[in-house]
Amino acid sequence: MKGIQFVDLIDAGDPAALAVAHAEAGADEIVLLDITATHEERGTLIETVRRASRGLFIPFTVGGGIRELRDAAAVFDAGADKISINSAAVARPELIEEIGRSFGAQAVIVAIDARRAADGADPVRGAEVFIAGGRKNTGLRVLDWAREAESRGAGEILLTSMDADGMRNGFDCELTAMVSESVSIPVIASGGAGTAAHFAEVFDGGRADAALAASIFHFGVSSARELKTELATHGIPVRLPC
Amino acid sequence: MIRTNTSNVTIVDYRAGNLASVVKAVTALGATPEVTSDPEVVAKASKIILPGVGHFAATQFLSDRGLTAAMRSRIADGVPFLGICVGLQWLFEGSTEAPGVSGGGFLRGHCERFVTAEKVPHVGWNSLSVRPQSRLMAGVADGSYVYFTHSYRAGQQEDAVAVTNYGGPFTAAVEAGNIMGVQFHPEKSGKAGLTILKNFLEL
Repeated sequence: MKGIQFVDLIDAGDPAALAVAHAEAGADEIVLLDITATHEERGTLIETVRRASRGLFIPFTVGGGIRELRDAAAVFDAGADKISINSAAVARPELIEEIGRSFGAQAVIVAIDARRAADGADPVRGAEVFIAGGRKNTGLRVLDWAREAESRGAGEILLTSMDADGMRNGFDCELTAMVSESVSIPVIASGGAGTAAHFAEVFDGGRADAALAASIFHFGVSSARELKTELATHGIPVRLPC
Repeated sequence: MIRTNTSNVTIVDYRAGNLASVVKAVTALGATPEVTSDPEVVAKASKIILPGVGHFAATQFLSDRGLTAAMRSRIADGVPFLGICVGLQWLFEGSTEAPGVSGGGFLRGHCERFVTAEKVPHVGWNSLSVRPQSRLMAGVADGSYVYFTHSYRAGQQEDAVAVTNYGGPFTAAVEAGNIMGVQFHPEKSGKAGLTILKNFLEL
């Protein structure tokens, strides 16, 4: 499923089949997010995770609906390598530590859905954290929450710009740079990818350690292979598929 | 899918993270993995994989349960051994991550945290400088990318058969006779990783 600024969701196809297809097209990592799990009070789609993981030999991250350590354990058991937590980490930040202790810090990604502040002198520094699939403003500053997530042992931060999401106008490089320069763990930029040049921008000016895209791959605008071939011409080191 | 015609392999479970992906990868290659924490099973293994994700302190479980002794005895018998990530680190004398916990001591030196201006942990795909005569790395082209996720590493040393650079060179893969280890995750490294696992399974 894929949306625009977190709404107008449309079905992009079977997640397990898509995951394997993207891996074969040269994706370096697969992230499967059940974006309405918290809102609809559902658990993670364990069976989908299990099916997807069978054909995946690259890192596989799963998020959505993980509220407790035992939810995380079930997702790892189904074949995920990392879990991504969002709403549940805001509700109870100790969850980051609990999962890290059991499965290693590298297995815990804290996902942050961020929206630039509507007013104030600095909308980027004032950006706020939203939960429940972007439905609820927590009032937390993105910068403060990213630092806390790091101090509690998160292995990576998946930073999604709600403003840029689905627009295909480019990542929010200012927001990404602000977070990436404030923490010492990798930051994955998400939201807004439309062209290969957008990736080059977010790696360079945005200081992103990785970038995530959905729309442009799901709807065949570009495959991971095409994208990486073009990034290589921009001088960005990439793993080109065989 | 590349498949191997090989027999079974014993995967040592020491409660350090999740073994599912290693089991899945070797199964896809046609092997029949046996996952165990029982030293008596390990003592009869024809091939051993020691996986590992997480903290070096988790390897304390190995000596507590008699698994270190069982693996040591099998390694002395010449059985092929592959340590993955923390499993590779365990081959050394120890790690500054858990100073009170001894490694297997098969390789000289200690693992240490990255000292670099780069971000730690080192997460993601990185390329290998491969030493050509390695059995483990056969068919893996120099410059191939594999997937890493770790904060500690072994410096360069003589048994390295692949070296990676992250704030300086470090050991990505070792091979000393039947003793082998990889700091990266071959089970998560696409075709290059599956080639390495297949090489091991066919030894």
